[in-house]
Amino acid sequence: MAVILDALVQLGQLLLVLLLAPLLTGYVRKVKAHLLRRRGPPIVQPYLDLMKLLRKEVVLAHNASWIFRVAPYVIFATTWVAAALVPTFATGLVFSSAADLIAIVALLGSARFMLALAGLDVGTSFGGIGSSREMMIASLAEPAMLMIVFTLSLLAGSTQLSYVAAFMQGTDVGLRVSLAMALVSLVMVAIAENARIPIDNPATHLELTMVHEAMILEYSGRHLAVIEAAASLQLLLYLSLVLCLFAPWGVAVAGEDFTSYTVGLVVYAAKLMIGGFLLAVFETAVAKMRVFRVSDFLGIALMLGLLAMLLLFVSRGV
Amino acid sequence: MDRIALDVAHMFAGGLVLVSFMLLYQDRMFSLINIFALHAFVVSVSVAWQAYIQNAPHLYVTAAIALVVKAIVIPIVLHRIIIRLGIHRNIETVVGIGQIMLGGIGLVALSILVMLPITAEAGTLAREDLAFALSVILLGLLIMVSRRNAVGQVIGFMSIENGLILAATGAKGMPLVVEISVAFSILVALIVIGIFLFRIRERFDSVDMHVLDSFRGERP
Repeated sequence: MAVILDALVQLGQLLLVLLLAPLLTGYVRKVKAHLLRRRGPPIVQPYLDLMKLLRKEVVLAHNASWIFRVAPYVIFATTWVAAALVPTFATGLVFSSAADLIAIVALLGSARFMLALAGLDVGTSFGGIGSSREMMIASLAEPAMLMIVFTLSLLAGSTQLSYVAAFMQGTDVGLRVSLAMALVSLVMVAIAENARIPIDNPATHLELTMVHEAMILEYSGRHLAVIEAAASLQLLLYLSLVLCLFAPWGVAVAGEDFTSYTVGLVVYAAKLMIGGFLLAVFETAVAKMRVFRVSDFLGIALMLGLLAMLLLFVSRGV
Repeated sequence: MDRIALDVAHMFAGGLVLVSFMLLYQDRMFSLINIFALHAFVVSVSVAWQAYIQNAPHLYVTAAIALVVKAIVIPIVLHRIIIRLGIHRNIETVVGIGQIMLGGIGLVALSILVMLPITAEAGTLAREDLAFALSVILLGLLIMVSRRNAVGQVIGFMSIENGLILAATGAKGMPLVVEISVAFSILVALIVIGIFLFRIRERFDSVDMHVLDSFRGERP
């Protein structure tokens, strides 16, 4: 019975993240527009965009290989699976024991690898620039992410997300400077990975400093729709990861009754709204960095992650 | 209560190490001095908290001295000095910031590795204080090594003294006399350094320490 319930929760989560991801993107855009005293597109605009793109014909470059055609689906699939593995409204997912934090990092890493390959595939200079910059960002962001994973798993004694979330809800956590550093570091990594403003601008196509948009410039039609969906899923994933690791209150524990799942859903939606609002405020308040300063930004994230792990060794009992 | 008290002490001491790292990469003069004031402020808060949990009233005096002298007086004096030297708009880029940061992380790891086995019998508070204090001291030395500007080196020197205070707080029973005399010697050092800064500037028209190297004939 418990396994069936876990499987149901897992299935529900798979659908939930897929349905919610474009809404989050639309919400962040709307808040950003309001902060700039503009009206902005309706919140459901990303859904409409996706529908429209799905109906459009695919235009392929002459020298595009099979990698170019396969990449969008691989990116979408890996990101979707990774997003479904993060406990959002309930822990106790059926794949929770098989896939931990490191597996999620690996899934996202393979999605990024495919994206960089696809950027290089057609052989335009724009795609090449985007890919090389993406790899530069990845080479700094992934070690930082792993440092955060190590810090959390040293504290909680496990790399499994539901376990870490349960640990954070308990009273054994206390007040730890390592956790604060890990949180700041994770937020910085999330901003870099999702191509948000100080690193990259998600709203423009024509800027010499862009990264993500440069790689997907050649895509059209359903390929583009799938990649856009994967990008929104990734934003939702990182936001859920921050919420699940550092604010896991209200998440339904496995085996509880129906009301706690409902409460979990409502609380999750509220937390997402707060998180998206904070992201929009942050993006409006800061200016975009030069590309060569990205290494400084992510270097700080890496340093904070390392320091968080080191400081853990002198705190009371690891 | 005890656990939370330890956690808060750990938070302040860890915050001090973090502020040391922030000192390491500041490239503007004013922000360097402001971060130094923050450094001294964190030290005084940390000392005051430990005075509270150790029931040691004389540590409050230490905290007050750190707050008044190093978080208020010295930063104001340094502000005036750099304005009079006319270098307050200078941007001093630290060369090889990545390597220096990695070196700093290595120094923190080293001090933790050294301190944990040595202080195995001591209490948790003394252990972490000593480990963090050693990292702050080593980071202060790294700041002094990595800066070319004399004012930056002065700030590195002062941050070393903050580390010493943190170490002394953890080791129970440092007499107040010692603390007061250390504070005054820091003030005297500030005056002497201030005079030297102006002398160096008069002689070389700059407070860049590389001028001294070439003056001694070490570098072409």
